Amino acid sequence: KFKRGTTRKWVWISAGVHSTTLLKLTPSCNSRSKTQRRHAAHFTFQPDPVPTQYGPTQKMNLFQSITSALDNTLASDPTAVIFGEDVAFGGVFRCTVGLRDKYGKDRVFNTPLCEQGIVGFGIGVAVAGATAIAEIQFADYIFPAFDQIVNEAAKYRYRSGNLFDCGNLTIRAPWGCVGHGSLYHSQSPEAFFAHCPGIKIVIPRSPVQAKGLLLSCIADKNPCIFFEPKILYRAAVEQVPVEAYTIPLSQAEVLQEGSDVTLVAWGTQIHVMKEVANMAQEKLGVSCEVIDLQTILPWDIETVCKSVVKTGRLLISHEAPVTGGFAAEISSTVQEECFLNLEAPISRVCGYDTPFPHIFEPFYIPDKWKCFDAIKKMINY
Amino acid sequence: MAAVSCMNKMYGVCFHAVRQTAGLKASRLLQHRAFRSSAVHRQQPFDSSLEKPQFPGASAEFVDQLEFIQPNVISGIPVYRVMDRQGNIINPSQDPQLSKETVLNFYQKMTLLNTMDRILYESQRQGRISFYMTNYGEEGTHIGSAAALDPNDLVFGQYREAGVLMYRGFPLDKFMAQCYANADDLGKGRQMPVHYGSRDLNFVTISSPLATQIPQAAGAAYAVKRENINRAVICYFGEGAASEGDAHAGFNFSATLECPLIFFCRNNGYAISTPTNEQYRGDGIAARGPGYGMLSIRVDGNDVFAVYNATKEARRRAVAENQPFLIEAMTYRIGHHSTSDDSSAYRSVDEVNYWDKQDHPISRLRHYMTARGWWSEDDERSWRKQSRKTVMEAFETAERRLKPNPELLFTDVYLEMTPSLEKQRESLWRHVQQYKEHYPLDLYDK
Repeated sequence: KFKRGTTRKWVWISAGVHSTTLLKLTPSCNSRSKTQRRHAAHFTFQPDPVPTQYGPTQKMNLFQSITSALDNTLASDPTAVIFGEDVAFGGVFRCTVGLRDKYGKDRVFNTPLCEQGIVGFGIGVAVAGATAIAEIQFADYIFPAFDQIVNEAAKYRYRSGNLFDCGNLTIRAPWGCVGHGSLYHSQSPEAFFAHCPGIKIVIPRSPVQAKGLLLSCIADKNPCIFFEPKILYRAAVEQVPVEAYTIPLSQAEVLQEGSDVTLVAWGTQIHVMKEVANMAQEKLGVSCEVIDLQTILPWDIETVCKSVVKTGRLLISHEAPVTGGFAAEISSTVQEECFLNLEAPISRVCGYDTPFPHIFEPFYIPDKWKCFDAIKKMINY
Repeated sequence: MAAVSCMNKMYGVCFHAVRQTAGLKASRLLQHRAFRSSAVHRQQPFDSSLEKPQFPGASAEFVDQLEFIQPNVISGIPVYRVMDRQGNIINPSQDPQLSKETVLNFYQKMTLLNTMDRILYESQRQGRISFYMTNYGEEGTHIGSAAALDPNDLVFGQYREAGVLMYRGFPLDKFMAQCYANADDLGKGRQMPVHYGSRDLNFVTISSPLATQIPQAAGAAYAVKRENINRAVICYFGEGAASEGDAHAGFNFSATLECPLIFFCRNNGYAISTPTNEQYRGDGIAARGPGYGMLSIRVDGNDVFAVYNATKEARRRAVAENQPFLIEAMTYRIGHHSTSDDSSAYRSVDEVNYWDKQDHPISRLRHYMTARGWWSEDDERSWRKQSRKTVMEAFETAERRLKPNPELLFTDVYLEMTPSLEKQRESLWRHVQQYKEHYPLDLYDK
């Protein structure tokens, strides 16, 4: 007999004869003391205006917008299959809920626990001409598949002289900080893969973006890695078109125009940057141009450089550690292309060069205050 | 069930290993191209009144004697063969009784491969190509297995399977073009020699990293299964590559996901200098199959008929039953690992000579043929002359041909050319225009 405590949070599940509460509440536990309080998220999700050009919309959060994209894909492409650890019951982040029942066990299925196998298998499915959508449970666990991604998927077309390719492969993985994820549930590994010609890397900021970009990745004839900001899975809610639509890859989006500083980010960090832009306007009278890079590889050099030529100042921000992070690549290219336009050194506000910490997350992340401070310094350079 | 007693002898006589699918009758196993992912390993209803294990992970029986299962590496899994070392059929029922034409074709393909190997190895020694890998001693594994497949079956290889491609009809010109990386190379000159590929012949382009093809083959087989056509996938690899994590991944995935796939392991005794006793401690690769729930067999890889029979049956059943098969073909790598290797550093010449003289797939087949009056000394002489001539002609053509246009350095990274790569291409072009005397432009196509 079990006594599962769902309403009384501190009861142990006990299968024995005695179903007693093992952990008694102490009076001080009733109200959350200062040390117990968990911090609110470091950003506020800002939904985009409802899109009108893609037909009727429905309220969806990020994971539901992913499900919608996958649903559209399975409906229109009979070769499409979705696989990975735990995708059959709906996935640990509920991205594949309902799909197995709707489309069949042969199309939505669990694989053994083996990332190198998941990606290798996915490559094979794609090489045989079917659409492969592979899920890696957390981006932190993508590394066993690094060889298959970098040495195989990325190079398949080139090394075979275009006789073979795995363009039908898309790899999805939850990405980025989540408040308590620590070393192995918070990573943003895009920089490792940015160094690998032959794959594409895409990171959406919102449900509408996610569905359109994921569908573009699936349609794209090159192997793509699609990182999904896990902190946004439930927190980000928008009106998302129900039908399929695509958002082009390798086209950065200028979210708001400005004249003094260019802010470049992707994924969750976009919402931080939007707040930073407001803070800069209110407190410093500084006008910021906010750019969502969206596609990390191949990245839209033209849009970013055009903006920096206008503003003369660039701030790039990401959660991943600063050394060798993707901001370094953007910074290097921009200083090559826009050197004489720069009014101040390019600023990178990123994670520190440490593994992603647990209890120190509030200090680790590139929050709006650090970005704000960086803008202040750039303006006063 | 018979399953119980078989468990303890798992590493012994598992020649006829029956797939351990709890509760399924034999008829279900032959269900044509059925998807059984829901039926297999469905748990028995939970009943704690029975003195039987109820664990989701394994059922078997309880036992109250402490005994470790002894891996049997001394007598191990036996080696299936059809001919003895002198080419005589041992059990007439196992003779595939192929036509004279077919058998002659086997022989000619094996010897043509051997001739091409000799010439290309030599050409590397002379600095004409950069690198080469021979197939000496393993010709039987290539031809026997290739002959048992349909031309449509998809082949994933490692790097020592050129005979499979040759059997399927890949022209000598194209072998040479790839080795010379000239403008006729289907691979556009991008890879080292012996990294062949052919879309038309369903031979996926070879890549250098070992065992990466194994899980890929599982995925391809899964996609093929969904197409519901008469098509199989075969995946070749060596006993060394079988140590890679990708091999474990591929075996496990193919069995769990029920893929129509043949795993063909060429156990040739060495992974460069590493002998098998430093590669594994168990009973070779075949013994691993049952661990994954896979039907497995060990064959004499130098017996082209044994290889043929095993592959043929594995293919038939893989497609009919949607399950993978593991064939471990025992053979010997007579040549060096590659032109970068000198194997006298780690093995004796006597050992190599034994295999070359006493147990060679080509000689054994020749004895079979001469015993039937299908091949004479004259035939041998004229064939040697003819095959050498055709190889030399292809060789000379390949050598004269220019290399591909350097523009091809930049294409096929993605399906489309990206702006960034376009800029890099232009930058190289401008640079080469300015410094052209320092670049070997004469050797390349315009």
